[in-house]
Amino acid sequence: MTDKNLLEIRGLKIEGRRDGKVTEIIRGVDITLGEGEVLGLIGESGAGKSTLGLASMGYTRAGCVISEGDIRFRGENLRNLDAAAQRRLRGRRIAYVAQSAAAAFNPAHRLGAQVTEVPVLRSLMTQPQADREAISLFEEVQLPSPVAFGLRYPHQVSGGQLQRAMTAMAMICKPNLIIFDEPTTALDVTTQIEVLTAIKKIVRDHGTAAIYITHDLAVVAQIADRIKVLRYGEEVEEAETARMMAAPRENYTRSLWSVRSFRKQAHTDAQGQPLATIENVIAHYGELKVLDDVSVELHRGRTLAVVGESGSGKTTLARALCGLLPSTSGQVTLSGTSLAPSFRGRRRDQLKSIQMIYQMADTALNARQTVGEIIARPAELFLGKTKPQSFDRARELLDLIGMEPGTFLHRYPGELSGGQKQRVSIARALAAKPELIVCDEVTSALDQIVAEGILKLLDQIQTELGTAFMYITHDLDTVRAIADDVAVMHRGKLVRYGPKEKVLTPPFDPYTELLLSSVPEMRCGWLDDVIESRGQTATA
Amino acid sequence: MHQLLGLILKRLGFGAITLLVISVIVFSAVEFLPGDLAQQVLGQSATEETVAAFRRELGLDQPSVTRYFIWLADVAHGDFGNSLANGQAVSGLIAQRFANTLFLAGYAAAIAVPIALILGVLAALTRRSLFDRLINILSLGAISMPEFFIAYIMVTLFALKFGWFSPLANVTPEMPLGTRLWATLLPALTLNLVVVAHMMRMTRASILSPMASPYIEMADLKGITPLRVVIRHALPNALAPIINVVALTLAYLVVGVVIVEVVFVYPGLGQLMVDSVAKRDMTVVQACCLIFALTYILLNLTADILAIATNPRLLHPK
Amino acid sequence: MARRIGKIPPTAAFGIAVVTTYSVAVLFAPVIAPYGQTEVVGAPFLPWSGEHPFGTDNLGRDMLTRLIYGARNSVALALVTTLLAFLIGTAAGFVGSILKGWTDMAIGRSVDVLMAIPALIFALLLLTITGPSLVATVLVVALIEGTRVYRLTRAVAGNLVVMEFVEAAQLRGESLWWIIRRELLPNATAPLAAELGLRFCFVFLFISALSFLGLGVRPPLAEWGSMVRENATLITYGDITPLLPAAAIAILTISVNFIVDWFLHMTSGLEE
Repeated sequence: MTDKNLLEIRGLKIEGRRDGKVTEIIRGVDITLGEGEVLGLIGESGAGKSTLGLASMGYTRAGCVISEGDIRFRGENLRNLDAAAQRRLRGRRIAYVAQSAAAAFNPAHRLGAQVTEVPVLRSLMTQPQADREAISLFEEVQLPSPVAFGLRYPHQVSGGQLQRAMTAMAMICKPNLIIFDEPTTALDVTTQIEVLTAIKKIVRDHGTAAIYITHDLAVVAQIADRIKVLRYGEEVEEAETARMMAAPRENYTRSLWSVRSFRKQAHTDAQGQPLATIENVIAHYGELKVLDDVSVELHRGRTLAVVGESGSGKTTLARALCGLLPSTSGQVTLSGTSLAPSFRGRRRDQLKSIQMIYQMADTALNARQTVGEIIARPAELFLGKTKPQSFDRARELLDLIGMEPGTFLHRYPGELSGGQKQRVSIARALAAKPELIVCDEVTSALDQIVAEGILKLLDQIQTELGTAFMYITHDLDTVRAIADDVAVMHRGKLVRYGPKEKVLTPPFDPYTELLLSSVPEMRCGWLDDVIESRGQTATA
Repeated sequence: MHQLLGLILKRLGFGAITLLVISVIVFSAVEFLPGDLAQQVLGQSATEETVAAFRRELGLDQPSVTRYFIWLADVAHGDFGNSLANGQAVSGLIAQRFANTLFLAGYAAAIAVPIALILGVLAALTRRSLFDRLINILSLGAISMPEFFIAYIMVTLFALKFGWFSPLANVTPEMPLGTRLWATLLPALTLNLVVVAHMMRMTRASILSPMASPYIEMADLKGITPLRVVIRHALPNALAPIINVVALTLAYLVVGVVIVEVVFVYPGLGQLMVDSVAKRDMTVVQACCLIFALTYILLNLTADILAIATNPRLLHPK
Repeated sequence: MARRIGKIPPTAAFGIAVVTTYSVAVLFAPVIAPYGQTEVVGAPFLPWSGEHPFGTDNLGRDMLTRLIYGARNSVALALVTTLLAFLIGTAAGFVGSILKGWTDMAIGRSVDVLMAIPALIFALLLLTITGPSLVATVLVVALIEGTRVYRLTRAVAGNLVVMEFVEAAQLRGESLWWIIRRELLPNATAPLAAELGLRFCFVFLFISALSFLGLGVRPPLAEWGSMVRENATLITYGDITPLLPAAAIAILTISVNFIVDWFLHMTSGLEE
């Protein structure tokens, strides 16, 4: 035990108890963190990173129990402290920044009151002192009008601002350690970069130690001094950030690193008649115009990637194409014939030709139907097959998506992993033998390695069947991987459209420029470079 | 602020429309009565002239729409017509009884609301403890019992066995308040048993629901004490549902009072209504129904408006 | 599942035992009961004796016999009414949630208005029109409780129809009936089953309250609520016999509630 170390976790084991079953969530992990040091915890879902992060505050969620190991904070074992003593540390010496600030701020109180609650409650500051401190922190995290900011309620400010306010709240007692639990995961890239910049600056300026939890390697590389990779509650490896990026030792780490390198083979050029077109479409949600004069074309055997941030109208475009949101004006055509704006007015063979795959396989598959029933139904309905024939078709399709029919045909979605569920969604879409498949963020909810498998499957399907894809995504890496054509959307408008090489090559329009430059790159120092270059353009 | 006002106005408008629709339903109840009303009231022996005269007096010779508006105007002035059974003015019959019913319901509420809120908060605070489970089982039991069962148990125990109270809750207008409170304690307690169980369960649920949210975990991670977490962080967010619970319960009291009044032979509106249904004295039933519905709607309306007015999202729009 | 059933809480075990006992009384009433349902076997209000374990009622009929037949009549009546209420409520709820728009709005608003009148008061108004009768009671209670079933179904279905698997079925052009039967119903069984139990209790209490007020089941049919009313005078003399049918109601509704409570606990995946 050296005095220099702020946090020392040794041999930590955490058990989850649910329905009488005991599962090990953390299986013997060590952490050593010095004053002012930033450790990145990275891993896929189920790796136990959040549980570990909370445990370093001595906190476990309901149903979790620390079964073994020590958590020493400044030499003191948190496991030996009573609840009151632990509470004295929390907020004061160790602070926490949650993933969703929108949910973690109390909707009933003003932001200022919440930020200053702990220092005033612990008599570290008077209310006016705390208010002044909050204002100066709001300034540090570059919140607009810092003086008035604290008077607002959580629902009155944007997600990115809330996340920065939460960082300020964590910092107000000048803690020795802050736990950041995926603070930018729920944000758009252009917002993420602002929050990242604020976090990095404030942590560096105050010399605060931090544990930064994320699944995104490119993000953690900008912030952390060291990176620890977790899998199934165990450490895979740990190293200095630069070394970890350059030369990971373990296979698993390397697979995480290489996952973004998938590129599909170039397909046929766009030639002849387009399969489907969206022409000058305008659509509204109530009074709000959500699509403003958008036109794109879809070609057989090619993928159009529609990229944009939340609220850009990219999903709305897909819904207008499928007839789920009838357009107010403009038209959608399929094989040269105009389609009714609402799916209710479309013929069965038209419905058959356009199939959809959703982001959340959990809600896209009926949990009370077997995989076989789910896949067989479109074949029965659209291809006029009998029940046994349609189940034969389901078997073929399961083979195609790489799931053993004998094993999976009679299972329910609840018994499948996230990736398997998404494969079943794909099989259901294919069962109708469509000409066009609309994919709405189909890999966003999946871990990167699983997501890559799905992208490869979609590519294989396109090569074999010549299906056209419309692929909705917010992720530019996915665009690079699978697109032939790209449409960039912003606030309901199409800002850039064309073949991938053209769209992703300068000169850019200002929005595409901002979007592309905000995507974290897999190298150390990327964030510093961006801050510097944006600072220059700002001063220039 | 515009949004808030708009919502409240909308809610008020909806309340007004509901009342109107209900008045139509209540009014048309007479239209659906089988046979000729006048003939029925006067009996088979009445001569045709007397029947015709009575029909004119009731306005039955006019079209229903006209009669509805005349009736509505009368009702708005507190004139509910005359009883079909004994010809007395309905308003005279119900005035004192309505006051009695309000007194009993108010009395019960004054005891029930504080007890239920305290028990509900305690159960939520000590959730999964022995106390919480006990309260859960007891309240579930109380909810499941017929009101008249509880009432008769109270009578058997406290009136007959111990002899503390009279089994009949007789009140007169000139009774002094103290005597009156004592005389009506047993029915009030009966109402309490039912209502407290309901209200307490809903209060517990309303507090536990925000307790599962991320901002409560955040408060925990800021090292805030459990008591302050509940009072400062959970309670403000449970306010709307709790207001709703109180209003619903009060509304329930106004109705639950019917059975209790019958058991204790308490001279209230509920008992009058039950008697009148048996006699098919439609004008009295109409009046009682309107008054009960009005009270019920007003209470719900108040709760909804309070809930809207305490919502920070609406109080402080973007 | 087997492991869970091994851990039935005492309250639920009590509930199951009671429901089983009652079922026997319902099914075999004529076999078990010592006398006929309307048979006058002695003087009115005879005290408890070997011959008449609970004495006789206001007309001199055997109380035990009436209690056993009461189980049959009261439970059957409540069951029929509950099923009717469910038929009305779930149909309206599912159809409204899928069709949305005008139909949904019309159903919703009508139910809002109906629910703005307190249930008992509305029943009293309707029963004044129809006059007290068995059929009227069943229909009136089914209509009123049906509005409550509608509210729940609409809420459950409302959460389901926004799920993409329902959207996918609509995009396939599936019929309304298919969507209700294959997509919605299987996902709504747990809340609807719990609601069935709770609604049965409310219906039971509602009908017995009406009978107690003399406006539900008519004599000479043995029904627990009306039996309390018929014999209430005994209470003033300190005889608890009239409380027996009331207790019979209470025990059944408490038992069903305990079972539903346990069921809800199990399906919500919460541990004690």
